[in-house]
Amino acid sequence: MALIKNGAFADDTWIDANDNEALTDQATVVSLHRWQSETDVLKSRNAPLGLRLDAGESPEAIADDIDQFDLIKLNFPAFKDGRAYSYARMLRQRYGYTRELRATGNVLRSQLQFMHRVGFDAFEVDERITPEVYAEEVSRLHEVYQPSVDDEHPVFEKRVKK
Amino acid sequence: MAGKSNKTLPPQVLTANQLFDGDVVYWREDGTWAQDLPDAFIFEAGAGIEAALVRAEADVEASKILDPYMFAVSIDEGIIHPSSVRETIRAKGPTVRLDLGKQAA
Amino acid sequence: MYRYDEFDASLVKDRVDQFRDQVALRISGEITEDEFKPLRLMNGLYLQLHAYMLRVAIPYGTFDSRQMRMLAHIADKYDKGYGHFTTRQNIQYNWPKLDEVPDILRDLATVEMHAIQTSGNCIRNVTSDQYAGAAKDEIEDPRPWCEMIRQWSSFHPEFSFLPRKFKIAVTGAAHDRAAIQVHDIGATLTHNDNGETGFTIYVGGGLGRTPMLGKKIRDFVPRAELLAYLEAVMRVYNMHGRRDNLYKARIKILVHEIGAEEMIRLVDAEYEDIQKNGALGLPEEEIARILNYFAPPAFEPLDETDTSYAEKLNGDLAFANWAKTNIAEHKAPGYAIVNLSLKPIGDIPGDISAEQMYAVADLAERYSFDEIRATHEQNLTLPHVKQSDLYELWQKLTDQGLATPNIGLASDIIACPGLDYCNLANARSIPLAQEISNRFADLDRQHNVGPLKIKISGCINACGHHHVGHIGILGVDRKGKEYYQISLGGSADENTSVGKILGPSFDEHSITDAVETVVNTYLGLREDGETFLAAVGRVGLEPFKEALYGTD
Repeated sequence: MALIKNGAFADDTWIDANDNEALTDQATVVSLHRWQSETDVLKSRNAPLGLRLDAGESPEAIADDIDQFDLIKLNFPAFKDGRAYSYARMLRQRYGYTRELRATGNVLRSQLQFMHRVGFDAFEVDERITPEVYAEEVSRLHEVYQPSVDDEHPVFEKRVKK
Repeated sequence: MAGKSNKTLPPQVLTANQLFDGDVVYWREDGTWAQDLPDAFIFEAGAGIEAALVRAEADVEASKILDPYMFAVSIDEGIIHPSSVRETIRAKGPTVRLDLGKQAA
Repeated sequence: MYRYDEFDASLVKDRVDQFRDQVALRISGEITEDEFKPLRLMNGLYLQLHAYMLRVAIPYGTFDSRQMRMLAHIADKYDKGYGHFTTRQNIQYNWPKLDEVPDILRDLATVEMHAIQTSGNCIRNVTSDQYAGAAKDEIEDPRPWCEMIRQWSSFHPEFSFLPRKFKIAVTGAAHDRAAIQVHDIGATLTHNDNGETGFTIYVGGGLGRTPMLGKKIRDFVPRAELLAYLEAVMRVYNMHGRRDNLYKARIKILVHEIGAEEMIRLVDAEYEDIQKNGALGLPEEEIARILNYFAPPAFEPLDETDTSYAEKLNGDLAFANWAKTNIAEHKAPGYAIVNLSLKPIGDIPGDISAEQMYAVADLAERYSFDEIRATHEQNLTLPHVKQSDLYELWQKLTDQGLATPNIGLASDIIACPGLDYCNLANARSIPLAQEISNRFADLDRQHNVGPLKIKISGCINACGHHHVGHIGILGVDRKGKEYYQISLGGSADENTSVGKILGPSFDEHSITDAVETVVNTYLGLREDGETFLAAVGRVGLEPFKEALYGTD
């Protein structure tokens, strides 16, 4: 596994904590369950906090706590499970989340552009996906038909400007 | 369990589709793939099936073939007859276009 | 007709290049079949019984002579000289080779066609009324909206990995020829009290294993808000649709399980939010630009009825018989809508040779303002023909075997490819369609029977729409043998209904007799002028059961 962040390899400085593990003062990612059962403790902790959301765990559950997280990881248990595309877009668009949004799980190269378009800026990928592959895939389609949360201008806007 | 025979099993043939063009192929005794059912190896009473499936899976991984599986046949005077309509059609071609598929060749 | 601008062309070209790379990775073994399968499916490429099958989109069924000639060229060059029109207004090729598919897609792109999203768990080719822009009973042409949906749904980053496939149908006429109530979303173009254009939205219709009719979830979505509203429905489905069971993953199951009211609540909440944040309201300039492509052709000012046409109707019985079923009323005086039957007696429903495709292209250019339509009933339509040209056109269609006078009659049968081609099928559909067609070959008999829609599916996935056939036939497998189950009373128009199963199934040798018995039973009990469907509605299944299974 490698981490590609904003298009380049990056070191993963985060610890993925399971629900029983004692937390250190390092940057740590917890599950939604842990966040919900230990909210006060986690809020008072003095180190970066990240959150894992699995497919089926809508970000609606943390809508009021967005500012608590420096990292949100959305898991794709299978590439076919596309729920996290909606979660990502909601996080960015509806809840105004601006920090690192990371795709984990079954992430295919052919999906990188879609993931990027809905707001992911970091990807845990297998060794076949290098920054070069990433750069190629993320700009595969040079035009887009829909507004999303990336900076792309959909063609209907471009047409009107012409 | 490999190699163990089971008298209640009907004779079977191992088939797949070629990656390149999707054409139906059949496993030959030497581990290569034949285009035509009469050239297929017949697995009697379950013997050798597991080993063949392992080798077929290697051909899947080598991107030669897709979706290998066994199907039941009966043998009548040396001729292989698939036990299902589906496999009969795969072996010959569409019943509504006799000019197409293997039957046309 | 819509024409690509540089943006549309760029996207399709990028997609072809992408698929070429993906095919190369697959052939070299760098990606596995598990990884490749979703990619090829997103480009309409299936693996069937004998070979690959490529499904090419004909968005909302509208195309022109240039495109038809390319379809013919592809049939000749890369396939075996024919194509198959489907119930989804698409065309399928049954024998392409994997490494040639990128070339086929490249060739298609030169005429603004593609196979994008003709498979996979994404928003599929949007379908519509084959008479759009021509029908007399039309409120407005639905196709500009279909085109906007096509663009919005293409490569949608959020909705390309849905729980299951997703089909949208749009109609703009009072009489529903697009079967909108058996689609995941059905939209009916309508005018509100202020005369503004908008859409009534149905959601959760579908056939397959669990046939259901769409529920109306909104009376009126203003036209500029259509995409925003659709986006809301899609998001609700993407997040809440079931992913634990393939057979329960369509939106119809979600709507069924949570109820229409809860569905409305969820969609409305998303809709409200999308209106706030989504910026999906289409600019009026863009709407106007797309509407403009679908402006009616330059119809000549003509009398309501052409006199030469009326004379030919009286003078030539064969022509009159054809006109009786294969022509529909056009909104422009002196014009007609012409249906080309792809159901010659005893032949394969929906199949068309390359030679016929070239011929249709020529005829469309000459007689129909260069427009062709594919119908969900697996026929073709020339939508804008002058009445004064009908006789000549009919003669030319006859020469090509495209003038079988049977539209809407017993031999105009819908049939999926079935076990002759399809990997999912349990039984053959085509030979049964051929046998029934031969059985009812006599035209007087077909006229006597009247309107009758026979629809055949080779498996429960219901590509042959058997649930909504007046007579529906479903092929099932019993220990490797083919059996067929009959249902009666289905309908796919504005009074959509799902047919009811008659009883135990029939084997391949007795099913045609059983269908004939059903038809004869109807003839025996019908009242004056009563259609088959109306009769079944009146008497129910009992008389038919009795005729088929006796009274034990």
